[in-house]
Amino acid sequence: MYQYNVDIESVKELEAKALKIRKDLLHFIYRIGMGHLGGELSCVDVAVALYYKYLNYDPANPKWEERDRFVLSKGHCSETFYTIYQDMGMYTMDYMVEHFETLDTYKFGMHSNRLKVDAIEVSAGSLGHGLPIATGLALGARMQKKNWRTFVLVGDGELNEGTNWEAFMAAGHHRLGNLVAIIDKNGLQMTGHTKDVMNIDPLDKKLKAFNWDVVSIDGNDMYAVCEALQNLPPADPVSRRRPIAIIANTIKGKGVDFMENVATWHGGGIAKEQLDQALVSIEKNRRVR
Amino acid sequence: MPAQTTFDFDAMLSSAKEAYGEVLLELADEGREFVFTYTDNVAPSTTAGALVKKYPERCFNFGIAEPNQVGASAGLALATGLPVFSQVFGPFLSLRAADQIHTDIAYNEVNVRLIGTHSGVTAGGGPTHNTIADLALYRAIPNLTICVPADAEQCKKFIRASMDYQGPMVIRIDRGGSPNVYADPGYAFEIGKAIEVTEGGDVTIISCGSFLYWSLMAVKLLKDKGISARLIDMHTIKPLDLEAIDKSAKLTGAIVTVEEASINGGLGSAVAERLAETGYGGKFKRIGLPDEFLVLGHLDEVYDFYGISAEGIAKQTAGLLGK
Repeated sequence: MYQYNVDIESVKELEAKALKIRKDLLHFIYRIGMGHLGGELSCVDVAVALYYKYLNYDPANPKWEERDRFVLSKGHCSETFYTIYQDMGMYTMDYMVEHFETLDTYKFGMHSNRLKVDAIEVSAGSLGHGLPIATGLALGARMQKKNWRTFVLVGDGELNEGTNWEAFMAAGHHRLGNLVAIIDKNGLQMTGHTKDVMNIDPLDKKLKAFNWDVVSIDGNDMYAVCEALQNLPPADPVSRRRPIAIIANTIKGKGVDFMENVATWHGGGIAKEQLDQALVSIEKNRRVR
Repeated sequence: MPAQTTFDFDAMLSSAKEAYGEVLLELADEGREFVFTYTDNVAPSTTAGALVKKYPERCFNFGIAEPNQVGASAGLALATGLPVFSQVFGPFLSLRAADQIHTDIAYNEVNVRLIGTHSGVTAGGGPTHNTIADLALYRAIPNLTICVPADAEQCKKFIRASMDYQGPMVIRIDRGGSPNVYADPGYAFEIGKAIEVTEGGDVTIISCGSFLYWSLMAVKLLKDKGISARLIDMHTIKPLDLEAIDKSAKLTGAIVTVEEASINGGLGSAVAERLAETGYGGKFKRIGLPDEFLVLGHLDEVYDFYGISAEGIAKQTAGLLGK
């Protein structure tokens, strides 16, 4: 049976890390002059929990064969992950800024390229690609009897794309228990609320109907994120069970007062004044346990 | 030396559609490792069906959902490091899964071999089931090797060669039943290297796929009219064998291209681009499917209707020469 005793000290450490990543991310976006801060801030807690605790991953050897695979499907939020990679020592912030969309010397871009950045599993940008590819990765792991797991991070607006539902159907059909889809459900897409633009609810019922197990959590509560990730069943390649969807209910622009739940912060850069204001806001909104 | 060909096509009926399954089964039996993904149109009675039955652990059915199948094939290639052969009903590969071919396969540079069946008008069923825009689309996608085997034996050669080939690839085959062009399958074959099928001095016909056979028949008809035609098998559309085109421009003052695809953007366009950019001043004609949604009928009737049967190719070629 599931256990519910997440170590509170490690939760606090991850929360401190998430705070640092949010600040670094804001500096990074300020320096490169572009980003998708709304969706990048909403998924920080999930991203930090994965990379600093739950992914079986070695930043010194990002192509290690036995690693868990993480597929970023909402590819426009790549800067959150670049920021994590620099914090893990894979690149420096200066190197990332110097090689951000610099023509033939570019490594880092608004949308991530796996052939440029070792830590990126799959090149992404256009929406609705990650889940099908992750389905193939999970099938491949099973075929080769590997114990690694595949995680894919999908946006809620992204779920408008029909290919996701083809993949939900196929992964449920093939009973890919080694596949975990995390939906960053921040409730907003580019021009407004998801429920107004293209309603995807009731998402949990839809995913259950596609033969997935579904967990709904507060995706900006590190304890809840850890609890969901800690309680995943083993990813052995033999057992056939339902794939797992974690619906991470989040706030777009999380942590920055003037960005939270404001659709216009979907994309763009920030001025120095906004950076300073945002850093103050991030510190003010930090959670104290 | 021109390759040895057959005119005895009654004895040589082949099916590239069966050939891909046959050679994959052979490769699996030889102990070669690969993955096979397929749509809901692989019948158990086919050779591909036999592969699925004998090696179920490496074969995955994706139903009627081509974008997901192509995307998942990219994932399978990344996960396993093995070549992934992905069979898709042709009309729905190039258009339905265009985004996945572009982004998941080509941009990610994975070793997926997309096998598009029923190319051109060979599916029957009218414009929804025609594959006419694929070559134009594929040519504009970076990293993609585009293979159009002429017959069943050549299809097998492509698939065998693809086992050790790096990069994404699409293999375009017809419905099947087209004759074998090459009497002796032992000829030299290399991806990206065109084959001189017949020698001739009056005109060069450059063709690919099952229309290589109809072009060969046209060469015979032209011979009866006293016209000597070279025939080139341009089985790889990308990378294109530019030297073979340059040589044709030097050897003959007239060049004709023949393909079972839209005349816009395919083999004919590729050859025309090279000729124009290298200052070719001779005669040139593209033969293929016109820029319209096509008529529906028996294959032979459709080919006749558009002047792309053996007789039609011969007539259009002679016309170009003013004969």
